[in-house]
Amino acid sequence: MTDKSGKKTIKVDLLARVEGEGAFKVVVRNNKVERAELRIFEPPRFFEAMLRGRAYSEAPDITARICGICPVAYQMSSVHAMENVFGVKVEGQLRALRRLLYCGEWIESHVLHLAMLHAPDFLGYAGGIEMAKDHPAEVQLALDLKKAGNEIMTFVGGREIHPINVRVGGFYKVPRKRDLAPLCERLVVARDKAGALVEWVSKFDFPDHERDYVFVALRHPDEYPFNEGNIISNTGLDIPPSDYARHFAESHVPYSNALQAHMLDGRSYLCGPLARYNLNFEQLSERARDAAKTAGLGREIRNPYRSIVVRAVETLYAFDEAVRIIDAYEEPEAPHVDYEVKAGIGFGATEAPRGLLYHRYRLEADGTIAEANIVPPTSQNQASMEEDLMSFVGDMLDLPEIELQHRCEQTIRNYDPCISCATHFLKLEIDRG
Amino acid sequence: MAEAKKPRLAVFKFSSCDGCQLTLLDCEDELLAVAGAIDIAFFPEATRSDDKGRYDLTLVEGSITTPHDAERIHDIRRRSKFLVTIGACATSGGIQALRNFADVKQFTSIVYARPDYISTLATSTPIADHVPVDFELRGCPISKHQLIEVISAFLAGRRPATPPHSTCIECKLKGNVCVMVAHGTPCLGPVTHAGCGALCPSFDRGCYGCYGPKETPNPASLSNRLGELGVSARDQKRLYRTFNANAPAFRDESSRHD
Repeated sequence: MTDKSGKKTIKVDLLARVEGEGAFKVVVRNNKVERAELRIFEPPRFFEAMLRGRAYSEAPDITARICGICPVAYQMSSVHAMENVFGVKVEGQLRALRRLLYCGEWIESHVLHLAMLHAPDFLGYAGGIEMAKDHPAEVQLALDLKKAGNEIMTFVGGREIHPINVRVGGFYKVPRKRDLAPLCERLVVARDKAGALVEWVSKFDFPDHERDYVFVALRHPDEYPFNEGNIISNTGLDIPPSDYARHFAESHVPYSNALQAHMLDGRSYLCGPLARYNLNFEQLSERARDAAKTAGLGREIRNPYRSIVVRAVETLYAFDEAVRIIDAYEEPEAPHVDYEVKAGIGFGATEAPRGLLYHRYRLEADGTIAEANIVPPTSQNQASMEEDLMSFVGDMLDLPEIELQHRCEQTIRNYDPCISCATHFLKLEIDRG
Repeated sequence: MAEAKKPRLAVFKFSSCDGCQLTLLDCEDELLAVAGAIDIAFFPEATRSDDKGRYDLTLVEGSITTPHDAERIHDIRRRSKFLVTIGACATSGGIQALRNFADVKQFTSIVYARPDYISTLATSTPIADHVPVDFELRGCPISKHQLIEVISAFLAGRRPATPPHSTCIECKLKGNVCVMVAHGTPCLGPVTHAGCGALCPSFDRGCYGCYGPKETPNPASLSNRLGELGVSARDQKRLYRTFNANAPAFRDESSRHD
């Protein structure tokens, strides 16, 4: 809407095709973007308070409930943090199985987002189901791939949403090698189809916008990051997860139920597929690197709209990695390693599909949780989303109103925001004027 | 011949993790068929559309935790022919109902720098505490087969077949060895509503009650057995106080161990 003073507000009161409930507002005055605000009105659920007084062993199941789309990320960050307290490492095939489970989550989450939630922005549909009428083959392909990812979740974790098989030290039960064979056959078929997904999204029209982002992701010396590694950036950061709070800070914004994370010097940063790709490209499998090249992706990507292609490349990688893990699998002697419960502070940082997920716990001597601190990826990306709107919307102001509004939505969806995640820790603040 | 008007489906979210509505999108084999048979009129997680008019079947995820939501559900009820709640949050209050056992002010000040700014209710309550509900589908998360059954049943005008017996029955049907009898593993199976297919015991783990209480449960008797297995009063309280902590049978039993 434009009023007499030349003030124009682009507003979406309920942002569709994201997980959780949020809204945004962009304020334009005299043809210049004055303010961009992402508002999160998802009610707070107080997870960090609820965890106090619970057993360390309950954290993976309780924190999984922060997000139905990336429960494995919460389970993984929490078990790594607990194992960090107890000074125990989960290695070998148990470590590989965790990675396999995470592959399943990346696949189901990435494909859901890129095909059903984000692609409709590029092709001009209200949603994936409407898009299926004109693009039945592509939607069917996406559903097939998503199903294959969910099969990994079900096989290793017990079910797709809130898997039940993850525990501190490993798993409750591990699969037998011969039982993995039929799954592997289906994954090989899916992996071969995943290339078509990369090709499909690579042909979309990408708005021509770039920004000079600070990318933040894990880096592991031997592999594309899932569970372990240092937190690094393209600006020289290289720290263990235990140093996270020394380099990142959170601040209140008055218009959202949300805290925003920044670097200590106040800069925003971006985590998720784009950051992982830019910081770890050479760790991708050859098949994934080749697909990226064929899709026209360079070694460095600063156009956030191309994140949809990176998600497809990471999906292909996750299939490749899952097949590799199953091929090399030997049933471990025990489903979990032993450890001694003790008091202490532990840290866990893993790569959720949408970016870095940080957990910190302080435990009492009997393993009771005394303090919990969780920083989900969407909170870390929020400042960057607003800055994208600030920098890109100025060039789009001549678009028809509805198209402009949709373009803003598309810009936010570049981050695959999970608002359910972002809210639980968010320090709710209502500006009462 | 004019095509019959498709029934209108809506999916609404309250306080929750989004997992139960995601279950609909996880029905990869059925999704396009479902979308062909019904008009998915409002489902913001999946598609951009306006919430207007009346719905033949409304699925509600999440619990009531804010004054605004306590109002909003009444409007949704008025416009819904059938209203079905999906998942532990909507049917019992969910994990966020742990606040019901705490002083919410203290709870708030643990997490929030400015507790005076927090707009939240002292409790997290199920939808049925606020409006009449036609059917409650259990689970944290719900089972996708049961979700398809519920949608099909309501569209066909029949009662959904979701047995209210215990998880133990599912173990017996599956031929599982009882984890509690054979291994002494604490298990809520005897008091927990069926629906998951006895998932945890199938993975050598005790049931943790994510489907909530079965019909006519006897948790006091189970607690005696848990005590004999060496589960402390504190750990018994924790067992009943998770994703269905506010379901009356679990709430009352957990409070006995306070």
